[in-house]
Amino acid sequence: MGTIKLQNINKSFGKTEVLNDLNLEIEDGEFLTLVGPSGCGKSTLLRIIAGLEQQTSGDVFIDDKNVNKTRASERDLAMVFQSYALYPHLTVRRNLETPLRLRDYSSLERFPILGNLFPNKKNKTKKIHDLVQKTSETLKITELLDRKPGQLSGGQRQRAALGRAMVREPVAFLMDEPLSNLDAALRVHMRSELSELHANLKTTFIYVTHDQAEALTMSTRMAVMIDGKLLQLDTPQQVYDNPLSLAVAQFVGSPKINTIKGSTNSDGTIKFLNLELQRKTSITNTDIIIGIRPEHLEISKDHSNNSIEGVVSYRENLGSDMFFHIEIGGDNKKLIARGAPQLTSSISIGSKVFVTRLKGEALLFDQNGSRIKFTSDN
Amino acid sequence: MKNNQYIGEGWKHAILIIGALVVLLPFYMVVSISLKSQQEIQSISGGLIGAQEVQTFPVCTKMGMSEKTCTMKPYVYNYWFAFKKAPIARYLLNGLFVTVSIFLIQILIALPCAYALSKLRFYGREFIFSMVLFCLLIPVHAIALPLYVMLAKVGLVDTYAALIIPWTISVFGIFLMRQFFMTVPDELIDAARMDGMGEYSIVWKVMLPTAIPALLAFAIFSVVAHWNDYFWPRIVITGNRDLFTPPLGIREFRGGVDSDEFGPMMASIVTITVPLVVAFIIAQKRFIEGITMTGMK
Repeated sequence: MGTIKLQNINKSFGKTEVLNDLNLEIEDGEFLTLVGPSGCGKSTLLRIIAGLEQQTSGDVFIDDKNVNKTRASERDLAMVFQSYALYPHLTVRRNLETPLRLRDYSSLERFPILGNLFPNKKNKTKKIHDLVQKTSETLKITELLDRKPGQLSGGQRQRAALGRAMVREPVAFLMDEPLSNLDAALRVHMRSELSELHANLKTTFIYVTHDQAEALTMSTRMAVMIDGKLLQLDTPQQVYDNPLSLAVAQFVGSPKINTIKGSTNSDGTIKFLNLELQRKTSITNTDIIIGIRPEHLEISKDHSNNSIEGVVSYRENLGSDMFFHIEIGGDNKKLIARGAPQLTSSISIGSKVFVTRLKGEALLFDQNGSRIKFTSDN
Repeated sequence: MKNNQYIGEGWKHAILIIGALVVLLPFYMVVSISLKSQQEIQSISGGLIGAQEVQTFPVCTKMGMSEKTCTMKPYVYNYWFAFKKAPIARYLLNGLFVTVSIFLIQILIALPCAYALSKLRFYGREFIFSMVLFCLLIPVHAIALPLYVMLAKVGLVDTYAALIIPWTISVFGIFLMRQFFMTVPDELIDAARMDGMGEYSIVWKVMLPTAIPALLAFAIFSVVAHWNDYFWPRIVITGNRDLFTPPLGIREFRGGVDSDEFGPMMASIVTITVPLVVAFIIAQKRFIEGITMTGMK
């Protein structure tokens, strides 16, 4: 079992409020990502779950047991750190053995030399050895066991740190940006390995990252945090397709969602630039913000109805996709649109283009950034 | 152009060599005198090791030993007589026992203090650390008298305890280790906590091994200072010769009826200094190797 429940968590350092009345329930066996821009309090939240940081107020429950007063060492959680934090003076084997030794040996058995006199120690040592062997086979680090962390590459250290977390079979894994020190290719590779590991272990994973791509690819649910508040908790697809606020919509998705100022009239018709949306909203006579993701815009050289005219200022070629930055003038300044490279390779910087949008993909937000529904959405 | 460069470099080296000679000359004298006979010492002849003629030494026969026992080469005599006249071995063991005890207890106290001052958050931490810095400014000689009075009151004068206890809390050690611990990443300590270590285990099993280079530096300061200390042992060891540390032992050769026995005196000085030099050479190698902290980055 590994359910974790957070109730009304507040945390402030001096006068700075880091977490603000945060509630979160993490289910057994899920891969939950805490994602948000740096400084949003996600790492602090993880450290509160771990017991390394004490919340100012609120309760933490692990398996329905209140652990507010339980120390980090007794919460049976394992953590993988951004810097891996392997013991530099011990071999990888000893690094992996350390949590097991602390758990399995009594304090007398850990005593140097004299500890060996205890009859049970031999069995325990054998068990620890076998567990380390099994874990290192899973992670394919058996041949690294006798090296010190200083002799390992970044990816190997990453695995060793994972191994140290895994051997103990904890209630849940806490990971604090574990991939951010790796190079881009290895990071993408480790994403799939971590997902695989999660599928095999079926243990709860809580994963902190500022990289929304990691959150979208790995998690079963993602929690978007901004400025110490939990803004949305849902599956990655739902968060992407159906953001509850402008802040979430802008954080998730790369390149960033396009925002265009618009307004509604007395019958709820939405107007922006020189265009009008077919769908209506119940909110009347007010200024609103319309969000459209770059992949929901189409780009062409020919004028058509309902198109926006603009000038290409920058092309971003990602191989599979081409993103165009298009100056449209006025308050909105710039739109980003996606096109397939084959179709759009003839469009060069400075040329005049027309942007049309796919129907039914626009998102509406009010002036405060809250989502507004279309009337037909129900 | 190239020649000019060599001349410039040559000047630098010449000055450095002269400086080195000035520093090394006393040591040369000590080693040389410890090997030569009394006549050679007094007539300043014989170069580094003298003629090493076998001869009978009058000071020795005066002590009631047979002429045969007292006939030997000067360097053998000097070292043999140094050990004969004063129990140098005993003094060396005393010195070893006192310096090692002081160093171990200093570590036992300084490491937890330094850990608390660098890595734990508690009310008044900055104030306590400023007091530590303040204590660095107090010279030993200023508090020697009150210390002596206190030790005398509890009856510890003329004991090993008197030599050891006043030095067990090393403010410098706390300061040095605190500065080093500040550079150890917090994540390493958090990782140890997650693995189930208590705070004391963290100090001894995580902080201590990573701090070996700093500890060695501190060991050199501490051991050298207390091995060579003459002032404090002179104050608290008033009568019992069994408790003499090496610097006190050298006094045995000073003055007295058979004064100016320079050969044996210098021999005892060499005996006392060599262990330190050897220890430093061994430590220096470890010093440079250090422990690679790269595993943390």
